[in-house]
Amino acid sequence: MKAETKKVLVDPLVDNNPITLQVLGICSALAVTSQMKTSIIMAIALTVVVACSSAAISMVRNHIPSSIRIIVQMTIIASLVIVVDQILKAFVYDVSKQLSVFVGLIITNCIVMGRAEAYAMKNSPWDSFVDGIGNGLGYSLILLIVAFFRELFGAGKLFGIEILKLTKDGGWYEPNGLMLLPPSAFFIIGLIIWAFRSWKPAQVESADFKISSIAHGEGGHH
Amino acid sequence: MSNDNNEQNDLNSAPTASGFRAYKERVLALGNDSFEKTIVVALALCLVCAVFVSLSAVALKPLQAYNKALDMKKNILDVAGLLNEDTDIDQAFKTQIQAKIIDLKTGDYDDSINVDIFDQRKAAKDPEQNVAIPRKADIASIKVKSKKAKVYLVKTDGQISSIILPVHGYGLWSTMYGFLALDADGQTVQSISFYDQAETPGLGGEVVNPDWRALWKGKQLYNADLVPVLRLVKGVVDKSKPGAEHKIDGLAGATLTSNGVSNLIRYWMGNEGFAPYLNKVRTTKGKEGV
Repeated sequence: MKAETKKVLVDPLVDNNPITLQVLGICSALAVTSQMKTSIIMAIALTVVVACSSAAISMVRNHIPSSIRIIVQMTIIASLVIVVDQILKAFVYDVSKQLSVFVGLIITNCIVMGRAEAYAMKNSPWDSFVDGIGNGLGYSLILLIVAFFRELFGAGKLFGIEILKLTKDGGWYEPNGLMLLPPSAFFIIGLIIWAFRSWKPAQVESADFKISSIAHGEGGHH
Repeated sequence: MSNDNNEQNDLNSAPTASGFRAYKERVLALGNDSFEKTIVVALALCLVCAVFVSLSAVALKPLQAYNKALDMKKNILDVAGLLNEDTDIDQAFKTQIQAKIIDLKTGDYDDSINVDIFDQRKAAKDPEQNVAIPRKADIASIKVKSKKAKVYLVKTDGQISSIILPVHGYGLWSTMYGFLALDADGQTVQSISFYDQAETPGLGGEVVNPDWRALWKGKQLYNADLVPVLRLVKGVVDKSKPGAEHKIDGLAGATLTSNGVSNLIRYWMGNEGFAPYLNKVRTTKGKEGV
């Protein structure tokens, strides 16, 4: 693998993670992470959509009229999301019921639009595809970390398998109800961001990412 | 002017393959921001995406329909308390659940209709099989209902042990479809389950929450005058007060969904719904006609 391609793939995992550094895609990260199973399906769905949409947009990038640029990107992304939703309904019906609207909301996920606009419009299809996979994996990594803690401490389970025996079943563990509610994901993501930035101080101190700019420009929407 | 003529010619020759190729090349060579290219790109994109989306929808439809049917069976087994983690759903449904068609008006079983083919949700939309609900009586906001209903029975030693009734009604955003399981006395609730709804996830969507559904067990549908009085109330039901057996905790933050559930119970357990049938079951003690 070329060094450049590898960098595009690995960079979004920690050094340029879409959730912890760019603070994008928070909405679904809060909503679907109460269980490992839904998180994994969501992570795969988003990775597929962001990789394929980036590649598709990159393929036609030289012929996209700038006046309808965003609409073209949205149409491609939306079509892919509908297809992914159909596939989920056909093959993992239970999970698709649990994910409900959040699959549809991949369309408005900032990570997908962000990669289309920032990377795919300027790079070759293959590089864009790899960039999409990389960012999808970065998102997946955080999602799975959050889901791990939420399911373990909220329900005493992982992938639905009992790990900590609950008091109501005669065990010792009293589940933390907060962990099953979306706000707990906020705390966990906050702690992850803290951990990442303590580990890689460059993420804090880089010149174009001052704390004062968080309030104005860097906050993600969804 | 000459430009207009050119375009005319190109459009006329578009059906032939070579003309199409020439036109494509000319458009691709156009500036990205020209009017014509914007339109052509938008149209082509829509066409490609539409074909892509509809192909996937059509190709996956049989699988999705199968999943939906399986999910419904799973819900019926669940509401009957027959669902374990390793249950073979198709098998369990076939051996333990008996589907029956009833006439809602008279409450009698109707064996003239093939129970395997009958689909109550489809029948409710078919002008030949449905009946409009008068506005005043339409507390569940469903406008029409099928004249016949498909109920499911679970039997132990030849006696009915659960009666599973299909119910539906409007919540906040969606029509909620579910099943209510009753004891053979037609009065005591065993369980409820909603298999198709699109209420707000986390609020009204909690109608599918197993912890909330467990609150229904043992509740009483009718009062002494056989009027359906079971309903959801705001907050938590005080078990020590009289009448608690007719009340269920409402869903927090979902008043309209809670009202919707109360209404659909009141409608479907009333005379417009299953009351005539339940009366017959009660008098025959679930032995006859099955």
